[in-house]
Amino acid sequence: MVQSLEYLKETASQTAGPYVHIGLIPKQAGFDIFENNFTNIMADENTRGERIIIEGRVIDGTGTPLRDALLEIWQANADGRYNHELDRQNTGEIDANFRGWGRTGTDFDTAVYRFETIKPGVVTGRNGRDMAPHVNFWIVARGINIGLNTRMYFGDEQNANEADPVLNLIEQAERRKTLIATRDDSGAVPVYRFDIVLQGENETVFFDI
Amino acid sequence: MEFYQRDRTLQPAGYTPIYKTSVARSPRQAMLSLQGSLSETTGPVFGQHELGPLDNDLIRNYAKDGDPIGERIIVHGRVLDENNRPVPHTLVEFWQANAGGRYRHKKDTYLAPIDPNFGGCGRALTDENGYYFFRTIKPGPYPWRNYVNSWRPAHIHFSVFGSGFAQRLITQMYFEGDPLIKECPIVHVIPDEDAINRLIAPIDLNGSIPLDTIAYKFDIVLRGRRSTLFENRLEGN
Ligand SMILES: [Fe+2]
Repeated sequence: MVQSLEYLKETASQTAGPYVHIGLIPKQAGFDIFENNFTNIMADENTRGERIIIEGRVIDGTGTPLRDALLEIWQANADGRYNHELDRQNTGEIDANFRGWGRTGTDFDTAVYRFETIKPGVVTGRNGRDMAPHVNFWIVARGINIGLNTRMYFGDEQNANEADPVLNLIEQAERRKTLIATRDDSGAVPVYRFDIVLQGENETVFFDI
Repeated sequence: MEFYQRDRTLQPAGYTPIYKTSVARSPRQAMLSLQGSLSETTGPVFGQHELGPLDNDLIRNYAKDGDPIGERIIVHGRVLDENNRPVPHTLVEFWQANAGGRYRHKKDTYLAPIDPNFGGCGRALTDENGYYFFRTIKPGPYPWRNYVNSWRPAHIHFSVFGSGFAQRLITQMYFEGDPLIKECPIVHVIPDEDAINRLIAPIDLNGSIPLDTIAYKFDIVLRGRRSTLFENRLEGN
């Protein structure tokens, strides 16, 4: 026998189930209970940076979009700083008007999700290498046993994307495209479209983080 | 500081045919292992000022003309990390069916009635010791479409943040002694018997309020942060 390592074990994940809205976005479940609700509106009039909309669908292995998925995103501010004490980058300032986090469900009718946020800046990655602007996604739903992590990159950042240390970890260059959102400038606010494909052809690259 | 690698032997796989909905909703390609950067080691911060005074009291937070029907219970415990350290000031959210197994949700059509005095959700911030608590009524089991005669054991759904986005966790708490636990495909997507048992909250008589409310204790463990001995702390790491 040897001494024991006294680490605890991580709690097992379970599906968020079909009624995840009750706990996390009760208005979508159909009732109003909290004074303060967490939403998909991440920027206010004082937030620095370019206003953008991110929208898309979450698609299953049969090609059907999920109408009961819940998504959260986490991102740096316009200067590339995360609003968190462990971000000690000396570039840029924390933006008091930007938490950098949002939550929403895919629509019960249209199956589309949508975030109103700002475009993040460049964040320094491991070994001092810059990461192209990106938004971190976490997706849960009925039928998803453990939350899926992925990243969205910006289609108009081609040079930064080509140098991005994470995108370059993806062995099959073709699959990198699954993480790059296309920009649509036809409306008042630019829209980045980002579909997440859970399975099959064009399956999104998910990360074990 | 990055997190310990997630122990996938304790976590459900994506593709678990006993839980039929997972079949079309699970990735088939291998996930790409990513060492932590700031994008994974940081995460959103929440404050007590964002919560209302009744947010952790499901007996009162939707009551219209009386208390909800059901067994009055307290659920309490700690959010810890794998290093056995408390996770302070982190957001814990919970939701559940009512005593009859019915959810207050547009899409729930189970014939058991809605309870007019029960919403079924709440939230709390852990204190400096990682401790949280809330009051509710015990949820009932309910049928669901997996096999023709599948019943969920009574459970409360939990969502927990931790201090970094890579710790984000959703799980379910079960109740000691529930005979439906051993039958449930959703429970049994977890490949490890001890990991299943860690989702079952014991009755905690010491935490109960005599003649009033019985307590269940439920601790949650999130991934631990790795200390960076002998490593150069490069900027952004
Ligand atoms: Fe449930």
